[in-house]
Amino acid sequence: MTSELHTFDTLLVANRGEIACRVMRTARRMGLKTVAVYSDADATARHVREADEAVRIGPATTRESYLNVEAVIKAARRTGTGAIHPGYGFLSENGNFVKALEQAGITFVGPPASAIAAMGDKSAAKARMANAGVPLVPGYHGNDQSDELLRTEADSIGYPVMLKASAGGGGKGMRVVESGSAFQAALEGCRRESLAAFSDNRMLIEKYLVQPRHVEVQVFCDYHGNGVYLFERDCSVQRRHQKVIEEAPAPGMTPALRTAMGEAAVRAAKEIGYVGAGTVEFLLDADGSFYFMEMNTRLQVEHPVTEMITGQDLVEWQLRVAMGEPLPCTQDELTISGHSFEARIYAEDPDQDFLPATGLLTRFALDLEGAGLNSDHVRLDSGVDSGDTVSMHYDPMLAKLIVHGSDRQAALATLNRALAALDVQGVVTNRAFLQKLANHPAFKNVELDTRFIERNEATLFAPRTYRLEAYASAALIGLHQLAQECESDSPWDRHDGFRVNAPHTIRIALCDPDSAQAAANDEAVVTVEGKRNSGDAHWNLTIGSETFTASLQPLTGDAVAVTLDGHRRRLQARRDGHVVVMTEPSGETRLFWRRIDAIDHGHHEAESTLTAPMHGTVVTLLVEPGVTVEKGMPLMVMEAMKMEHTMTAPVDGSVDTFHFQAGDTVNQGDVLLDFSPSE
Amino acid sequence: MSTIFTQINPRSDAFQANETSLLAEVSKLRELTATIAQGGGPKARERHESRGKLFVRDRIDHLIDEGSPFLEFSSLAAHQVYDTEVPAAGVVTGIGRVSGVECVIVANDATVKGGTYFPLTVKKHLRAQEIARKHRLPCIYLVDSGGAFLPRQDEVFPDRDHFGRIFYNQATMSAEGIPQIAVVMGSCTAGGAYVPAMADESIIVKQQGTIFLGGPPLVKAATGESISAEDLGGADVHAKISGVADHYAENDAHALQLARACVSRLNWQKRGKLAMQAPKPPKLDPAELYGIVGTDLKKPYDVREVIGRIVDGSEFDEFKRYYGDTLVTGFAHIHGYPVGIVANNGVLFSESAVKGAHFIELCAQRKIPLIFLQNITGFMVGSRYEHEGIAKHGAKLVTAVACAKVPKYTVLIGGSFGAGNYGMCGRAYDPNLLFMWPNARISVMGGEQAAGVLSQVKREQYAREGREWSTKDEEAFKQPTREQYEHQGHPYYASARLWDDGVIDPLQTRDILGLSLAAAMNADIEETRFGVFRM
Repeated sequence: MTSELHTFDTLLVANRGEIACRVMRTARRMGLKTVAVYSDADATARHVREADEAVRIGPATTRESYLNVEAVIKAARRTGTGAIHPGYGFLSENGNFVKALEQAGITFVGPPASAIAAMGDKSAAKARMANAGVPLVPGYHGNDQSDELLRTEADSIGYPVMLKASAGGGGKGMRVVESGSAFQAALEGCRRESLAAFSDNRMLIEKYLVQPRHVEVQVFCDYHGNGVYLFERDCSVQRRHQKVIEEAPAPGMTPALRTAMGEAAVRAAKEIGYVGAGTVEFLLDADGSFYFMEMNTRLQVEHPVTEMITGQDLVEWQLRVAMGEPLPCTQDELTISGHSFEARIYAEDPDQDFLPATGLLTRFALDLEGAGLNSDHVRLDSGVDSGDTVSMHYDPMLAKLIVHGSDRQAALATLNRALAALDVQGVVTNRAFLQKLANHPAFKNVELDTRFIERNEATLFAPRTYRLEAYASAALIGLHQLAQECESDSPWDRHDGFRVNAPHTIRIALCDPDSAQAAANDEAVVTVEGKRNSGDAHWNLTIGSETFTASLQPLTGDAVAVTLDGHRRRLQARRDGHVVVMTEPSGETRLFWRRIDAIDHGHHEAESTLTAPMHGTVVTLLVEPGVTVEKGMPLMVMEAMKMEHTMTAPVDGSVDTFHFQAGDTVNQGDVLLDFSPSE
Repeated sequence: MSTIFTQINPRSDAFQANETSLLAEVSKLRELTATIAQGGGPKARERHESRGKLFVRDRIDHLIDEGSPFLEFSSLAAHQVYDTEVPAAGVVTGIGRVSGVECVIVANDATVKGGTYFPLTVKKHLRAQEIARKHRLPCIYLVDSGGAFLPRQDEVFPDRDHFGRIFYNQATMSAEGIPQIAVVMGSCTAGGAYVPAMADESIIVKQQGTIFLGGPPLVKAATGESISAEDLGGADVHAKISGVADHYAENDAHALQLARACVSRLNWQKRGKLAMQAPKPPKLDPAELYGIVGTDLKKPYDVREVIGRIVDGSEFDEFKRYYGDTLVTGFAHIHGYPVGIVANNGVLFSESAVKGAHFIELCAQRKIPLIFLQNITGFMVGSRYEHEGIAKHGAKLVTAVACAKVPKYTVLIGGSFGAGNYGMCGRAYDPNLLFMWPNARISVMGGEQAAGVLSQVKREQYAREGREWSTKDEEAFKQPTREQYEHQGHPYYASARLWDDGVIDPLQTRDILGLSLAAAMNADIEETRFGVFRM
């Protein structure tokens, strides 16, 4: 371990996206020249735009660019770089990269290769942790499989325990045993299953954690043998091991437990000679016991929540440590102030199994002022800007929204407001899903554990039903926007339903965007009739037997104030094609909007052909040409606007030919197939 | 441009009283309009609907562009004229935008007496065609009519401006390049058969539209042939055998869709050109019109208060402000279109008449449309004025108004009496459109004046005969005249007889004028040649 100063004036960030931008922000503040590297797909990306210099390191494929050690080092040499910050992911925990940098005489902003290697080998790491007195999940992984020994081990671990097939997987040969008396029966059952499934009946036993929370401790060590912990973060809200919302400090943490976990984490780091920022992850059981899971030898995605509650800049700490300086603070100098949340904004569609989304991000902005928020309490770490393209090549995380409040409740309220104020257009994101999470009663009540999303699936993915007020608001917003959409100055171009001596009347059908193809008389469709006399500032909106006096006042940006029967509400509103999107702190409402007197164009096409209703792709052909089908039977499915459209037989008959195959792209109006009606 | 500053006080008692009284008139107008829009009543509607037919206004909604305005004309036509009610005279007419083109729509309402043509139905149909010709707007006829109302054939069939004129107009408009499109959505019998037959393109609805010169009863009577209406002249006959119809529609909605498609194929270009400005709403609140104007024609107000609530940005550049100031003239914009405004602000004197003539010359020269805001008791009378030649000065104004070829729009915002009506572009002076406010009154002179003139004649007669005429008797003599003038001068009476193109809510004036001006831009603005101005 060296302790001389490694001064450098140029920092290369071997990463992309929000973390590259975030690291460079601190580096710039510290007076360092910043260098970005980029793949062909990122030539105009935000991290490239923000860097003082940027060097191309290869094609879009990460293996040939961001994971290409040689190219990164070459870029460092070309730019006279003294140090490289790896961010997270990519090369951040790659021992070979660290070694290559050591050989090249470039400072690696991170731990020594030996520490990375020590934590990289999971079982060796566990042994060293046990050595250092860091608690591990109790278990038995031995070869002696006698009933008596297994029972003894289970008893000493303490119930409930999990019996697992050593060769197991997929939930087979796996049982939770609640008590010693149930052990023998469970063991026999598990062995039988395991033998059947894997031809192997060896068992292992682990402590079963009923509601484990994922709590991690931020540690920092320098080259001078100092080590501190910057308290914990709770990352329990995960979906498929992907963190979604993180917070600090962990709710319900006692000072004693915090100290115990913090000290254990520092012990773990020191055990392996750690330097720089690291995170020790623990599983925290409902009874307050905690167990070492692993150590991440890098700056974590969720580090900002720690920064928010400690007032420290962890990237600055990293850079100072890398320069050989001692840690900026001692343990005593570190305190927790308030509470912080981080929500990760992903380009993905939660309603389509979190399918990553791509495309042109027409707008990505956070209007703090409009939402009455203060930049001291809200931070958006973003890798994108309005007008950027989200490509398929990299992680779909676009940005992180980080908030701070005096306590958890205040921070959560700010998170909800900030999520609502975030204006994302053009690409589907998980924003609405995050709002549902952050508004979920169980989340508010700190019923947190790593199975939070699974447990609350029913409410988080519930079919959308809205109050009448939401329909009235959507109708009003649609009406307002319709009135703005004039092609020319001609008064004939206004779509306000002007009638002489009679109220302007516009009828609107609203429904969930997923059932947008439903007929106007369908139950899923809510009909709103808007009437307004010339000169009136308000509309009378009638839904069934209810009538609202409704008016809309545009505010800055997409913000509007909607007043229904004297109740004024502020929300973000926009039209995304035919979908009205309304965002409020309480959540997002999306409603498919159409005028009822709208003419059904193309409805009366010649009966012998079926045409594509819009631009899209053919998903599948459902019948064989020549086979007789009945009227209404599905013939083919095409996908457009992320929705499936089924072409059905107009009358009894048969398909002569399909003009397209599955996967083909079709344009609106293309004839999809020829159809012969039966005689 | 200079902006009109308001002098009114919306909190004053007079303003409040005015507002209450005019708003009450507007409410009555809205209620009456809503009743008329129901057509021939519940039974007829039920029957109509059971045949799978759309109501006439729903047809229009389907035909015009989504949510676009419909400038309906004279919905009060035939109101309380006949011994039976004929709502809207059984035909809905107006300008609507179809596939981006402003068109005149003439649509029969079959729920009203089977869509048959009363005398005023004919007049309304012809007026719509006249508007189409003047604005150069394609015509779309939604035909669903049993033809002439036979009991009144003498008032419907023979004269120049009777039924036959409809087809004359179709032929001559087609000749002028104004497209004629007919959609046969019901009966189209006898003379009515010529509407689709004379059209440039026609559409017929399957098992619903029929076209024949003589219907089955007449055929049976004339030749003994027994045949159903469908077999005689249904869609299959005309789309497949006779060729009288060009397009075959499955139902009403489809037919209207086809009509939209027809219009989209017209290769239509607007011809009018005006130096436009970006439209902006008036700075002064148009809702204050009610409180300014009220319903008492005797209460004067500055007409600039009205102009300021109609024109863009309340901006109005006055011409000859300090000369002949009982007539206000000046330039403004409405919905971005430049206009010259001529508005009464008191009785007409020689100076005001000459000023008006001068201003109209300017607008004709510059091809700027004219807006007349009528609130006129007439020209000044008395020896001084006769001696200075008010007749010839008034004649200059009338000549200018009559000859100006720019689009002219007249709104009767108050009184319209005597020669004032002529000088201010009354119906006889062919304004492109003429509307009345519900507080307006129209007659040769005021009821009081007429009663006064008549009683003066009577008094002179009594004097010659040496008889006494008590004040009480004179009052009794005058009263019926007053009542007659009030009744006949009422806007509903006028509108029912199609002396105008509709009674309108003052608040809609700006939009209606804007829509009208935009429609007028389909036609060229012609060069004006004025007649002899007597000097």
